[in-house]
Amino acid sequence: MREGRAGRRAVIAIPYLWLLLFFMVPFAIVLKISFAETALGIPPFTPLIGPDDDGKTSLLASLANYRLIGDDFLYLRAYLNSLKFAAGATVCCLLIGYPLAYGIARAPRAWRGLLLMLVILPFWTSYLIRVYAWIGLLKGNGIINNLLIWAGLIGDPLPLLNNAFAVYLGLTYSYLPYMILPLYAQLEKLDPTLLEAAADLGCPPSRAFWNVTLPLSLPGIAAGCLLVFIPMVGEFVIPDLLGGPDTLMIGKVLWDEFFTNRDWPVASALAVSMLVLVVIPMALLRKHLGGGEAR
Amino acid sequence: MPLGGDGGAPYLRIEGVTKRFAGHAAVNNVSLDIGRGEFFALLGPSGCGKTTLLRMLAGFERPDAGAILIDGQDMAQVPPYLRPVNMMFQSYALFPHMTVASNVGFGLRQDKRPKDEIATRVSKVLDLVHMGRHAQRKPGQLSGGERQRVALARALVKEPKLLLLDEPMAALDRKLREETRFELVRIQNRVGITFIMVTHDQEEAMTTASRVAVMQSGNIVQVGTPREVYEQPATRFVADFIGAVNLFDGKVVEARDGAVSVIVEGLDVPIQAQGAPLAAGTAVSLAIRPEKIVLTAAKPEGASNLVQGVVREIAYRGDLSTYRIDLPSQKAVRATVPNIDRLAGPAVEVGQQAWLSWSVSAPVVLTQ
Amino acid sequence: MIYGRRRIFVPLMMLLGFCFLYGPIVSLIVYSFNSSRLVTVWAGFSTHWYSELFHNDAILTAALLSLRIAAISATGALVLGTLAGFVLARYRRFHGRGLFGSMVTAPLVMPEVITGLSLLLLFVSLESIIGWPQGRGVLTILIAHMTFTLAFVAVVVEARLSAFDMSLEEAALDLGARPLKVFFVITLPLISPALVAGWLLAFTLSLDDLVITSFVSGPASTTLPMVIFSSVRLGVSPQINALATILVATVTVVVVIASRLMLTNEKRPPA
Repeated sequence: MREGRAGRRAVIAIPYLWLLLFFMVPFAIVLKISFAETALGIPPFTPLIGPDDDGKTSLLASLANYRLIGDDFLYLRAYLNSLKFAAGATVCCLLIGYPLAYGIARAPRAWRGLLLMLVILPFWTSYLIRVYAWIGLLKGNGIINNLLIWAGLIGDPLPLLNNAFAVYLGLTYSYLPYMILPLYAQLEKLDPTLLEAAADLGCPPSRAFWNVTLPLSLPGIAAGCLLVFIPMVGEFVIPDLLGGPDTLMIGKVLWDEFFTNRDWPVASALAVSMLVLVVIPMALLRKHLGGGEAR
Repeated sequence: MPLGGDGGAPYLRIEGVTKRFAGHAAVNNVSLDIGRGEFFALLGPSGCGKTTLLRMLAGFERPDAGAILIDGQDMAQVPPYLRPVNMMFQSYALFPHMTVASNVGFGLRQDKRPKDEIATRVSKVLDLVHMGRHAQRKPGQLSGGERQRVALARALVKEPKLLLLDEPMAALDRKLREETRFELVRIQNRVGITFIMVTHDQEEAMTTASRVAVMQSGNIVQVGTPREVYEQPATRFVADFIGAVNLFDGKVVEARDGAVSVIVEGLDVPIQAQGAPLAAGTAVSLAIRPEKIVLTAAKPEGASNLVQGVVREIAYRGDLSTYRIDLPSQKAVRATVPNIDRLAGPAVEVGQQAWLSWSVSAPVVLTQ
Repeated sequence: MIYGRRRIFVPLMMLLGFCFLYGPIVSLIVYSFNSSRLVTVWAGFSTHWYSELFHNDAILTAALLSLRIAAISATGALVLGTLAGFVLARYRRFHGRGLFGSMVTAPLVMPEVITGLSLLLLFVSLESIIGWPQGRGVLTILIAHMTFTLAFVAVVVEARLSAFDMSLEEAALDLGARPLKVFFVITLPLISPALVAGWLLAFTLSLDDLVITSFVSGPASTTLPMVIFSSVRLGVSPQINALATILVATVTVVVVIASRLMLTNEKRPPA
């Protein structure tokens, strides 16, 4: 199909320019402001180029924000926590999501659509409300504790909320559909005659799973893991609502720096270091693994 | 039948057309003339450039060099939607969201024909392909054969100067394919439109087309009627691609009066063949069709070409039986014998010695 | 094909998995009909919290604003995302395609705090340089939502277009339809299920977004998630349960209808 050159150029240019302006340029600005210093005023940071102490115009880039992040144990711990929670919850998602995706992919064809819709349906309902639901379940006098006490299994309420357990649970719960979808896409493509061939050649089903199904679903596993891991690292709502003082994550620290401390430069430096330390390496890894289509 | 039509200029002229993809010439300096009303087949293995050539006729690809003239008009600057050419796609490309009738009427609607004219022409062409009853169905509700006929009707209805068919029978099963061949020829005779068909199936090309062009890696290697291409292949490739053939490599030892003697490796006696005078020492190949080899248990009298071998395999094929005979040089030769003959004469069984003979006119001498 | 232990294991895990997915949602719905203010103690059936919800002006105003923003931004994202998906699927080679591909897919995984912060800083910088956009509010929210949801539309549209038989478009051209007409008469109707899915996806994501919206919203533009968030931070409230129930019911109805429509479309074999 050969459209006019101008038409083709316009079709490319409109989304291209939009994304350049509203996706790429903002990162450059974040990078710029991460080198600025906090100031009182609007906007609350110093210009990068301006009069220095001697009144001459010069570049006033400062690494102070990065030094602060590097020195203050709070930030470092938040980073490590983020990686720990994201990694742990990714594994949980995989362990719960794999059997589900496998079961759906092996279900009778007529059922698959319905089962898949059941997986996606919670994803369409408000994320915030799904996190909120767990508060009611996990609270000290929440539904789970009440149930356990009523059943006589425990005497005093268990501490289920505002701790690491709740954060793992919330992350796993919220991101589970993102894990199931790529896994399902991969498993559904798997030719069932491969398993029949394995059985025919004397491989029992349990071993066929480890020798055939699992290796062939690795691209789906990789896609699913990266798809949930990266946004989990920057998660804010879950550590804020379900977490406690010892479950600080970097997304929440950034939020607090920005909204509570109004320290835009430090928030920017946090964003830059999150990008450099997590997002970019992960994105490269993802490209390297060629983990199928995103979503 | 050379060029049909009004005499004079050919209806479709392809002049030195070349198309490169990433530096590789998919179609290489191809020239071809096709007359009005012909049923022409472009035949070749996959990747030989036949589909690219067809897509250039339709206007989906632009030639890097050369010209395409339809009825004297240069097509270089004419986009696909303005060409007097319609195509029947290999996948049929029926619009799944439209009924059969609106699929067929699509092209007429683009030309802004009056509504009642569209209705009559659509129903006429649907009757021609025996699909009148299914006019209101969607393509998804049709069988493969029915979809094929709708695709044909959709391409026919605009009465194009050229109708291009891209592997029109590839998606059909064997039995339906044979019926469809006759159907295509019948329809082509009825409407008189020039058909150009691309196919990799030599049998399909031979049974439907009035002329065939055999293509190999971007070049046309031979153009002729099915009989010419089969009986007088121009190259080893053509001989091998069309039908079964026994090929013997050898050297000319003697040539006189339109006949040559060729000494073939592993055979004691030279093979006698008819052919253009060639200098002694020229390397040639001899192509002999299996059905032209006479197989006998006893040594025949007065045969001009005679060799002996051992029968290794007999494949029963209903109307024919194919024999594989190993010559003393271990070269395998194929011979087909109609089963009427086989049952009548003395049987040659596997493992037995047999005599192979053929006339002087049977081998085709090939120099390339 | 499933023998022995796995015949029990997989269905059991599926059952547990679906319980895990739906348990919290069911508990939300059940307790929205609880007459007690204490969300977790059952005190009898009541629709009291629903009537209270419908008299909560803050929530109603925010909900209306959110719906408006979601509808507009989903429509914008649909246009931009369809263009982007079309470019990704059809234009294999052009200058900067690699960058374009990354820019389209990156928002799918980008942590929201980063997207939100960077967009806010852009708006602040733009305002100080060219005086636009003046302050922050609905306009900046719309831009932000269109930017991060267009990626989802683009991916859905691209997937559909990649599976699209190009000879359908060629056939239309061959029969005399001009390229623009081909797009509207053939391509667009055939990818319409993807467009519906993309629009719904963008709509939901926009309706649901808290983090990015919090960064780029202004004082007069409080969206529903922001109201829910501040109320949830103060503790559980049965009104939120009632709201959640309404949302879940609406989403279920819409998704069921949409997937029915799409299923009937899918059943048409690719011609």
